[in-house]
Parts: sequence; structure tokens; C-alpha cells
Amino acid sequence: MALELAQIHRLAHLARLHITEVEAADVSQKLNSIFGLIDQMQAVNTQGVSPTAHAQDLVLRLRPDVVTERDQRDHFQQNAPASEEGYYLVPKVIE
Amino acid sequence: MSVSAYPSLTQLAQALHSRQISAVELAQHYLDRIATHNAKLNVYLSLDADRTLADARECDARLAAGEQNALLGIPIAHKDLFCIDGWRTTCGSKMLHNFVAPYTATVVHKLREAGMVTLGKVNMDEFAMGSSNENSYFGAVHNPWDPLRVPGGSSGGSAACVAADLAPCATGTDTGGSIRQPSAFTNLTGIKPTYGLCSRYGMVAFASSLDQAGPIARSSEDCALLLSAMTGFDERDSTSLARPVVDYRAHLQQSIKGLRIGLPKEFFNAAGTDTAVQAALQQAIAVWRSLGAEMVEVSLPKVDYSVPAYYVVAPAEASSNLSRFDGVRYGHRAALYKDLNDMYKKSRAEGFGAEVKRRILIGTYVLSHGYYDAYYVQAQKLRRLIADDFAQAYQHCDLVLSPTAPECAYPLGSKTDDPLKMYLGDIFTVAANLTGQPAMSLPCGFDAQGLPIGMQLIGNYFDEARMLNAAQQFQLATDYHLQRPKGF
Repeated sequence: MALELAQIHRLAHLARLHITEVEAADVSQKLNSIFGLIDQMQAVNTQGVSPTAHAQDLVLRLRPDVVTERDQRDHFQQNAPASEEGYYLVPKVIE
Repeated sequence: MSVSAYPSLTQLAQALHSRQISAVELAQHYLDRIATHNAKLNVYLSLDADRTLADARECDARLAAGEQNALLGIPIAHKDLFCIDGWRTTCGSKMLHNFVAPYTATVVHKLREAGMVTLGKVNMDEFAMGSSNENSYFGAVHNPWDPLRVPGGSSGGSAACVAADLAPCATGTDTGGSIRQPSAFTNLTGIKPTYGLCSRYGMVAFASSLDQAGPIARSSEDCALLLSAMTGFDERDSTSLARPVVDYRAHLQQSIKGLRIGLPKEFFNAAGTDTAVQAALQQAIAVWRSLGAEMVEVSLPKVDYSVPAYYVVAPAEASSNLSRFDGVRYGHRAALYKDLNDMYKKSRAEGFGAEVKRRILIGTYVLSHGYYDAYYVQAQKLRRLIADDFAQAYQHCDLVLSPTAPECAYPLGSKTDDPLKMYLGDIFTVAANLTGQPAMSLPCGFDAQGLPIGMQLIGNYFDEARMLNAAQQFQLATDYHLQRPKGF
């Protein structure tokens, strides 16, 4: 498998990462060598094996649908790059 | 009153409880050492002496009131991915260089309840992605054993500060070996418990199904004390396990006569393992035998696939977790952009370092349409097969032994251009993360240049007490763990 430059740009777009041509070339070379390692997995026949996200097969807990946290908006928004009157500010998306 | 050099936590507790030293004096002792040595090692990213001393004063009041907790008044450094309310928490990234945590991680909270005094936040690979601590936005950490070498990663700051005695112990996190490998590189003892024992609440997420917190300290006994204080059910972590907290120290003195230690042939025949590491492991095996342990050859046929599977699962989860960094609610926002999408893209491009971006791209790829089954699902199936291999092995042995890393601490800059080379250093550690088993590293020798060598013990689920007991017995019979770097 070889990742072409166009695919790197596509992935960068999906991941919302700005990427220059120079960076894309470097990333392409490094990712291809990493996928050389990853592709070793394909040698294993895993037909019939059930995939596992966690070896202990946890069942997610449920809790009553009630408010448990207090309002900390002002506290949290102190970390926001731009906020006003309790809102997070972003560039205009609707003309 | 002076503090003994390179003290154990038990020694510090005795000094505190017998009033030979106050918690404030002890905290000041460490703040002074940090002021003297930190610039050489680049360990601490943020200090707040006023807050540290205020914590210590509170502990002195608790000591005066007769509280008996063994950790009361003892200082600790926290890896800079644990949130502490009001304390800058960077995760080693430009993305969070100005992030002040609005709440406190459960692990930190528990340690504070036990009376531990926070000395500061220590350096790490950006978002815990790396094995050398060279991926930090705030610069590499230097290994106290040789400042031209890496301390290991990603908890490199945690390990370096304990090795140089700029803290008597530290918290770390381990997603693919990030507690164990830096412990091995700096002659320390560190344990990653069973997944789910330590709450992940307040830890900046890297790969949520693999991330686990644990202590880095100078002995199994110190780790036992810390781990008992760090673990416990937390309803704020959906994968936290509801199990009673174990007093690990109570099990340390048992004899290990008859303990069956498995030697996986895949690990002992691994290509690329340094001869000094192999020799140290053979010597360690002789010690284990002298303690009455029985060595059993075992096989983990699929374990060779743990590195490839790990480098699918971890980036997949990372790409998803790190999507939260969008320059809107917190973190870095680019100064110049055309529109919302451009703001996301430029903020993320400027905020993340090269390794983090590579892993986000790998994760995006393996989760994308058309590749999901071949990569992500295949890796999750291998995870099952590797766990089955260990279950088979435990039919014949109680613990599994291996080197922690294939080589000793390497020179700074020697692997930074080749991520693949760096990844292959994780061959012994990542399996325990994929399976969720507990694993620890402890010192077992030095190479010709005097660099520390670590060995790994992997245990079955919830077998931390047995592992810490075995490690303690090894450390009673050896003095590797008592050696410390010169100049600190």
C-alpha cells in the first residue's frame, strides 16, 4: 500500500489540519514506512474472531437522567480564545 | 533538619511523623533542589511555590492533629496531563500552552486527600505520544544518568525528576509503555495497573481504551503505597471498575517460593535486543531462582503483532479524542484565518507538533471508509488473540517476565527522524495496554557505560499485589534500585 500525496491532502482535510506541500511529502514518506509495519497484521487470519475494544468486556453503567453538575460556564469560558456574553465566538458561518 | 539523600517514602513518612522535619521544610527542600537542578534537565513545566507551601502547611496541621496516613506531607510531581484546578496543564503541547485547568483529576484529588503535596507539573511528550520525551513543545527532558541521553517517554519528566531527586515520586500515565520504559531508562520502579483501576477523569485523553495512570518511584514498596492511594472506583470515568481498594503494602513481605515466572520465547528471542539487556535479564533470572521462583518457558504466538495493532488502535482513538481541539472552547487559536474551517485547520496545524499530526493522520486513515475493516477491526481482533495468548500462558505461570525495553537510554536526537525506529522500542510494553493487564518495570542492572536496565513483570488482571510482592522480594535481594545518578 502506498499513500499518494493527494490522499495525504484528503486525510489532512478530514482531520482539519492545514498542511503544506513540503509537509505532505515528508508525511507521505513517513506514513508509508509506518504502514509497512502496520500491514504485517494482514498476515494473521482472524476470520471468526470477535473484535474487542476492551479485554474485560465491560458493560457500560447507566445512571438516572438527572442533572448532577452545577453550572460552571463562566469558569470554563475563561479558557476560551474568544467569548462574549456566555457565547463562544467563531467566524461568521452564515452570510 | 536535613533530608537524607534519595529517601524512600517510608523514610520520609518516619521523619514527618516523628517531627524530625515538617511538611513545609520538606517541600522547601525540594523547591530548593528544583531551583538548583531544573535548568539542566528541563523537567518542571510549572511551579507554584506559594500553593505548594500552603498545601504543606495544611499537611503540618493534619500531622499535628495526629493523622496517621503514610503519605501525609510527602511531596509529589504530577505529569502535566493531569488537570489540577487553577494550575496550567499543557500536556506538553503548544495547543494547551495557556490552558488553566478548571477542575482536578481524580487521581490527583485522591493523592491530595491522602496528604500529598504537589511540587509542580512535569514535562512529557506532547499528548503522551512518544518514547523519548523529545516531542514536547517545551523541549526535551535530559536523562539524569547522562544528560546527552533521553529519559524515555512519554512520562520522561516524571522519571527524570524522581531519578534526580527533584521529587521523591511522581505520577505518570501509560498508553503503550509510558510509565515502564522511562522507569527502565532512569533506574526507577513504575507500575501501570489493570485498566480501570485508576480513574481517567481529568487526564487529557490520548487513547482512551489504553490510557492508565500509575506511580513512578524508587522501589516496589513506594509504588505499593502510592498505587493504593491512586486507585478506586470513580463514577466520573465510565470505564472505572468497582472493586475494593487493595492495601498493596500488606502483601510485600510474603515469600515468593514456588512463584512461577513465565519467560515468553518471543520476548527472549526478539531481534534487536541489546546484549547488555539480555545479560542483565539472565542475571535477574538467577536471582529469581535463588528466591525460590520457578522459571517456565511460555509462548505468546501473536504477541509479535502487538506493535502493528497498537499503532492502529492508539492513533485511531487519538484522532478521535484530539478532534476536540478546535480553537473554539479552549486551546490555541490561529491569529489569521479566512473562515471557520480555515480557523480549525490553522489552529490545529499551529497547535500540534509533527508526531501528533502524524498520528492523527494515521488514525483518520484507519477509521476512514473502505479501510476500517482492514485496519481498525483487524487490530481489534488481534487484541483479542493477544489476550487469549496471555490467558493460555497463565495456565502455566503466575507472572510473565521480559526486558522493559530492547536497549538502554539512547542519545538525544538519534531517533527523531525515524518514527518507525522509535515505535519498535515499544515491542515489550504495548501488549499489556492492548490487553489491559497490569505491568511494571524494575531495575535489574547496568550496561558497560553505567546506564540502567529495566525488566518488566506482566501480571494477570488485578494481580498487582503479587507483582509488587515479587518486585519487593527482588529488591530486598539486590541493590540495583538503590543506585542513583551522579551529580544530583
